[in-house]
Amino acid sequence: METGNPQRPVIGRRDFLKAGSTTALILTALPLSAEATPENAKAAIEKIIGSTVQKEGRINIVLAEIAENGGTVPLKVSVDSPMTVEDHVQAVHVFTDGNPLPEVASYFFGPHNGKAYMSIRLRLLKTQNVIAVAQMITGESFVARKNIKVTIGGCGG
Amino acid sequence: MTRKNINPRVRVPKKVKQGDVFEVKTLVTHPMETGLRNDKETGQKIPRDIINKVNVTYNGKEVMKAIWHPAMSANPYSAFFVVADQSGPMTFTWIDDNAEIYTKEVMINVEG
Repeated sequence: METGNPQRPVIGRRDFLKAGSTTALILTALPLSAEATPENAKAAIEKIIGSTVQKEGRINIVLAEIAENGGTVPLKVSVDSPMTVEDHVQAVHVFTDGNPLPEVASYFFGPHNGKAYMSIRLRLLKTQNVIAVAQMITGESFVARKNIKVTIGGCGG
Repeated sequence: MTRKNINPRVRVPKKVKQGDVFEVKTLVTHPMETGLRNDKETGQKIPRDIINKVNVTYNGKEVMKAIWHPAMSANPYSAFFVVADQSGPMTFTWIDDNAEIYTKEVMINVEG
């Protein structure tokens, strides 16, 4: 079921609604009024980091290709950084573009962490992208995303 | 509303060397109710009840801060790294939507 996969940067509401019966079934089974889309994931990211240019690279996302249970999906995010006072990762923010709300977690780091690394477990409603954004003390921002196929959604219902 | 079954657990290495970067793992039993589900019998929305903030200090200095959203799984697991400095307490604070605070303290034993 690839049609509902929000791999494309822009996906209209209509396209989204057409995205196949499986997704629709899962969605109607859930009492959700709102739905995160790539647009509001983007808006949530911009709310946190502003209009800073997001560069690719330096972020490593460890996430399964397929999650059988969307209720608890392990995620590891690490950022390549010397973690010195002059050059370290200030924060790592995790977003999704197919959950009811785009935000997942924000972790704040400093030189005392030695490594910019976070490991969490998240809930995923359906097949979607997990997006990690790293904010550097230098003012730079990096972004990485990874698609994950979810066979059973994990937001309850 | 006081909970009885919230049990924060923390795992750190028994001993670390000064300057080493060591992993800290935490696990809290908490329902992390998203606020998006309806009660099957009454049809009423189940109110949101998640841990939304985490704070970690080491020898009194903040070493990690996190903000959590409903997309964190129930019984949230979290891990991160810290540089070993001096022996001393590492204190963890979790705050949930009911403004309940859960804390845990572990000793970091630094040798050399």
